[in-house]
Amino acid sequence: MSDLLKFDLLSASIALKNKEFSSLELTNAYFEAIEQTSALGAYLEIVKDHSINMAKASDKNFKNGTARPLEGLPIGVKDMFCTKNIKTTASSKILENFCPTYESTVTQNLWDDGAVMLGKLSCDEFAMGSSNETAAKGNVVNPWLKNSKMSPGGSSGGSASAVAARSALAATGTDTGGSIRQPAAFCGITGLKPTYGRCSRWGIVAFSSSLDQAGPLTRTVSDAALMLNSMAGHDKKDSTSANLEMPDLMNYLDRGIRGKKIGIPKEYTQDGISDDIVTFYEKSINWLKESGAEILPVSLPHTKYALPVYYIIAPAEASSNLARYDGVRYGKRNEAASLDEMYEVTRGNGFGEEVKRRIMIGTYVLSSGYYDAYYLKAQKVRRLIKEDFDNVFEEVDYILTPSTPTTSFELGKKQDPLTMYLNDIFTVPASLAGLPGISLPVGLDKSGLPIGIQLIANSFDEPGLIRTARVLERNAEFNFIADGAAK
Amino acid sequence: MSNKESIVDIPTVNKIARLSRLNIPEASKQNLTNDLNNILGFVAQLEEVNTSDVKPLASVTGHKLPLRSDKVTDGNIEDLVLKNAPESSSGFFVVPKVIE
Repeated sequence: MSDLLKFDLLSASIALKNKEFSSLELTNAYFEAIEQTSALGAYLEIVKDHSINMAKASDKNFKNGTARPLEGLPIGVKDMFCTKNIKTTASSKILENFCPTYESTVTQNLWDDGAVMLGKLSCDEFAMGSSNETAAKGNVVNPWLKNSKMSPGGSSGGSASAVAARSALAATGTDTGGSIRQPAAFCGITGLKPTYGRCSRWGIVAFSSSLDQAGPLTRTVSDAALMLNSMAGHDKKDSTSANLEMPDLMNYLDRGIRGKKIGIPKEYTQDGISDDIVTFYEKSINWLKESGAEILPVSLPHTKYALPVYYIIAPAEASSNLARYDGVRYGKRNEAASLDEMYEVTRGNGFGEEVKRRIMIGTYVLSSGYYDAYYLKAQKVRRLIKEDFDNVFEEVDYILTPSTPTTSFELGKKQDPLTMYLNDIFTVPASLAGLPGISLPVGLDKSGLPIGIQLIANSFDEPGLIRTARVLERNAEFNFIADGAAK
Repeated sequence: MSNKESIVDIPTVNKIARLSRLNIPEASKQNLTNDLNNILGFVAQLEEVNTSDVKPLASVTGHKLPLRSDKVTDGNIEDLVLKNAPESSSGFFVVPKVIE
């Protein structure tokens, strides 16, 4: 039982500065919470000695008056981020013993700003999945309706589950087609996918290089701003990293949205979207209107093609990126008589079913005779999807959509890959266009599961995303805590 | 590209698995074939989009790829490079014999 778990990232940061408690006390409270919620399976690895050392160093900095922006705040790291001398598996059997000799830029930025690392969080294998069920060590459980064993979403399911269960103050995630926003929506927390290029991809296990982006999963919009401030930044080691200064997001929290234009895309209100989500979508539109925004209907005509484009481009890039797991340089090897057989049994045994499926699809669409019909075609339609957004952002400042068509589902209930893919129908379009998006909780459905709403902004307008999300957050007053959260 | 009937059959799956260097057990080939056909059938709806004057989009960054001078920036880390290798010897990665 700890009162310290009540503090979110921002309020804990203030309390630490005011010496209301120490980082060591806070970190220990989180280790108790991790133990209490271990049945959720969010953590793959905890690094208690390392955490305690970091917390003690932070307490020294508070004493010396040299505290940094995230000083002493204990956070979790998705297992897609390479962490020096700490096992990094991407939730895959093929990397079960991989221990990086370097640190990803994003996590290094967090440690340089004083954050304390609690451990590594489970995810779908190589971030391929929408339910956290493809993880080699088994699924993670959503802390909401804990007795019903609901999915935390994916692929950042461990990150979302831990933040909602209060076993991490905040966590890092990666988002390729919705992997931050969808689990955030399922677990009743805030998840922000920045503009492609905002956060360095260096040291993040590569899935689909033209789409992958790191971002924060947090309890509040302010926490997302605080954490992204530290995660983002230009990095020479990533050639797609944007050489563009990001303004201090904390300055945008309370600017309001009077006079801003919000687009409501007609293509996002389709059949199959749950009634409760429609209700809260309409409420959200009204909250923005009452706060002085102008609401405009807009059209993104190629929206229905986003998923087919995604399920060509992402597997194509994945099949190429995952060619590196060859049993030679790192990762697990299965012995065989010849080199080719060694590759085949190593990869056949090391990868899970969904990963193999995607490698096969990717190899097929890139293979001779099919490249133009699938891959090139998908790249062309990707341009049309991006142009849809470019056109709409001539008329409006932000776009409001539901985050997901349904709330969380029971683990083990969706067996068909295609049905699973449909989960990302509202998050994939912004990913393909490289745009920043945020999902935040606005209410509960009839069964008591969180509902997420998504805001999409133009490239590099994270400040606008934050100020608009804050208006929604204030109106929604989502103060519910998951029944499976640590107490 | 066609969304009619099945697009891939088991011989195609064998060929793709070989190109992907993936050992697929016989028992799971039919299921995998079905899954691939479902997914390829789903993505085939892109056929209906007219893209005759559209250039492919490979990158959304909008900036030119930066160039750096061709200089060594690190090195002398042989131990670190080999640290995660399943098998290494005398500073080399070891693979099964490739010459008869």
